[in-house]
Amino acid sequence: MSIEPKEYQAPVWHEPVIHQMGAPGRRGVLFSRVEDEIEAGVGPAADLIPEAVRRRDRPALPELSEPEALYHYLRLSQQTLGMMGISLFGTCTMKYNPSVNEAISWRPEITEVHPLQHDDTLQGTLEIVYGMDLILRELSGMDQFVFQAGGGAEAAYVNCAVTRGYHAARGELEQRNEIITTIQTHPSSAATAATAGFKVITLMLDENGYPSLDALKAAVSNRTAALMVNNPDDMGVYNPEIKEWVRIVHEAGGLAFHDSANFNGIIGKLRPREIGFDACMFMLHKTFGAPKSGVGGPAVGAYGCSAELAPFLPSPLVAFDGHRYRLDYDRPQSIGKIREFWGNVPVVVKAYAWSRSVGAEGMGQVSDLSVLANNYMEKGLLAIRGVTRSHPDATSPRLEMTRYSLQTLKEETGVDIHDVQNRMTDFGIDAPWTSHEPWLLPEPITPEAGEMWGKEALDNWIAVLKKVSDEAYSDPELVKTAPHNQAVHRLKPGVIDDPDTRAMTWRAYQRKTAHQSARRRASPGEVPGQPGE
Amino acid sequence: MTAGATLGLIINPVAGMGGSVGLKGTDGEDVLREAWRRGAQPAAEKRARAAVTRLTESVTPLRVLTGSGESGEDVVRAAGLDVEVVHRAAPGPTTSADTRAAADVMAARSVDLLLFVGGDGTARDILAVVGDGVPVLGVPAGVKMHSAVFGTSPRNAGHLAALFLAGSPAARLREAEVMDLDEAAFRGDRLSARLHGYARSPYERHLSQNAKAGSGVGSEASLQVAARQVAAGMRPGCLYILGPGTTTRRVADALGLPSTLLGVDAVMDGRVVGADLDEQALLEVMRGRETWIVVGVLGGQGSLFGRGNQQISAEVIRRAGRERIIVLSSLEKLIALRTAALHVDTGDAEVDAMLAGYIRIETGPDRSTLYKVEA
Repeated sequence: MSIEPKEYQAPVWHEPVIHQMGAPGRRGVLFSRVEDEIEAGVGPAADLIPEAVRRRDRPALPELSEPEALYHYLRLSQQTLGMMGISLFGTCTMKYNPSVNEAISWRPEITEVHPLQHDDTLQGTLEIVYGMDLILRELSGMDQFVFQAGGGAEAAYVNCAVTRGYHAARGELEQRNEIITTIQTHPSSAATAATAGFKVITLMLDENGYPSLDALKAAVSNRTAALMVNNPDDMGVYNPEIKEWVRIVHEAGGLAFHDSANFNGIIGKLRPREIGFDACMFMLHKTFGAPKSGVGGPAVGAYGCSAELAPFLPSPLVAFDGHRYRLDYDRPQSIGKIREFWGNVPVVVKAYAWSRSVGAEGMGQVSDLSVLANNYMEKGLLAIRGVTRSHPDATSPRLEMTRYSLQTLKEETGVDIHDVQNRMTDFGIDAPWTSHEPWLLPEPITPEAGEMWGKEALDNWIAVLKKVSDEAYSDPELVKTAPHNQAVHRLKPGVIDDPDTRAMTWRAYQRKTAHQSARRRASPGEVPGQPGE
Repeated sequence: MTAGATLGLIINPVAGMGGSVGLKGTDGEDVLREAWRRGAQPAAEKRARAAVTRLTESVTPLRVLTGSGESGEDVVRAAGLDVEVVHRAAPGPTTSADTRAAADVMAARSVDLLLFVGGDGTARDILAVVGDGVPVLGVPAGVKMHSAVFGTSPRNAGHLAALFLAGSPAARLREAEVMDLDEAAFRGDRLSARLHGYARSPYERHLSQNAKAGSGVGSEASLQVAARQVAAGMRPGCLYILGPGTTTRRVADALGLPSTLLGVDAVMDGRVVGADLDEQALLEVMRGRETWIVVGVLGGQGSLFGRGNQQISAEVIRRAGRERIIVLSSLEKLIALRTAALHVDTGDAEVDAMLAGYIRIETGPDRSTLYKVEA
């Protein structure tokens, strides 16, 4: 590889906090005085606000001119730390979201409708939602999808609620109070199972990189309510015994849920239902090309299940009788609502547009390219000094991502994964993902190439990690003090961990710094951290 | 880096020598003489150098209190650090008394961290003097390392020490078991490990982000709730044997009962039936009662039975039955073990075989995992 990584330079604006800007009385817009005639008609403007909710004092807001406010936020936007570099953020399936899909979802036919309109006036919107349902049924083998969940974790929760409904209907809920998951399944499975009132059994990995069948057999019993598992898991490992897993869980009377978060590695190749799973979940904001919008942003966790479980799905479902689409609320066994209405429709529209443009054949290419790109990267990355792979001897295939460890690099140079993350951003690479907690593998790093980046971008990513490794061995201080080209340097540890210094609002910051100055005066020996750095 | 961090460094120069020549330990002068006779080479200094080098890469300035010559001074001077010799060994081989004397001064001077280079024997000597007074971290160099106070390698121990001295939130203190085998018995192929106590020892929290605020509920808090659940789930009229250690102590605490940290207690219906019991006493109180055994995972090598809790003998386990064993441990502790399986060595092959296979471990509120048990 002959790429010489080029350093990047982020703009540094040294912007103060907005509360420290402006001057008393300065305004963005000056409104004209209310004319006497109008005031005589309606009374003073302030009286239009009911007494009980009227402020006693003016709000302590910043006072700025319009350009000052505009430039301030423009500058801050230029100092964001990512989403503009090469972003191979493992377990997240980062994709470019085509502008045309964005434009479609901003059309008034989407933005100006309301979920409480009469079905007759929503036929086009309902058709798109129903169309997405059909596409996902085809990809998963499931019989019905629902789009209500606002994200992946919420869809995992739908599964727990459906599991509860299913066992309750059979009179077994009290007995079946355990959900089995694995340590490399996304932690939201364990978390939502616990939230729904189940006991959680988490299986650890065997030498092969996935839990053994014996561990599963030791875990199942007549208390088993369900299995919740990623496959491929959060390290890109595909459990080749998964069919047997599902069989064992079914035999024990439990349900099997496939968290299809990592579906990019198998899309168009495998249907969870054909493996035996009773339900699955897709994140439209990952695999299906809608923006990820940051964790918790407008997203959709599309949950699908077998016909046997469908009566328990949240309401409403979008139904079609061959002529007309309608929202079906008449579902007596439904678990009710997980979230308001019937889903983040703009996200469904973007995913639908993405799916239709990629097409059935293209879906198969998505997994081909993702797996190919990951394996291409693996060759390049394992050639870098200090980089090793998890379970190096395991024969289980890695699909769309691989978990690497920089433990050797750390032992030999003192440079750890966080230093490497920081230094990579100096070259225009978005800080790579490490691993969910707990870290099973020390100093983890998990790039996921996906299908959309070209070979040049992947080569560049590899070349940057190689460059940083070289630097770690020749000049470790350079890496340990990174980033050097970013808008901000690394945060001082401690300040944001300590409730005494951590501040989420300006008012809290002022209160806590005042408190600290008082403390400093009281005990001169103690020097608390400086917030705001 | 806080200006003027003070490190205590104790090197047991002969640590590990017995192991290389098949002596299973280096405790005591006779054994050391035999090790020399068999041609053993001291390796502790090299390991000490690896750790100190790593430490100095990150932490400056640093003041080091240490012993003279090969018990620390040489390595510290070679690393170019500010050194103060606080103990001079008498001519001849360094002894356990030297370790204790040096540790005593360091504890009195309240060093920020006591870093030692040695094995279980050294750890035990230091614990005996400093208790939980100062944080202790071991650079692995001994033959026996069942204690949980060691870094995973000399360089990693140095790295961890640096993080801790720099006040990094990634380095936290935990209660770490100090265990030691009876070497004479070990050489006679009989294993007898005792839990000697708990040192306060730093460990590295692995976080997705550096210094991430409020990263999950602490492992300790999860364990606390799991212990409360065990206490709340105790059945009337059943005897519960509580093994040694801080993990099982949480169960006694949840019951509002006193407990023996390094010994085995028995409780029933919210009362202590017997404290610090040996095997015979346990068999006695078990008679005619359905009995449950509550144990933690002991030491850095993941021992379930047979190391540090021998009172819970093969016979006790046999009578209670495998399905009445409750194991408690934090997930963090399990992952940090230097092994993928838990070990049992009850001295009875039949009981060991009965215990083998997957066993459930309570890790938090309504959270559990399964771990493989091997003899």
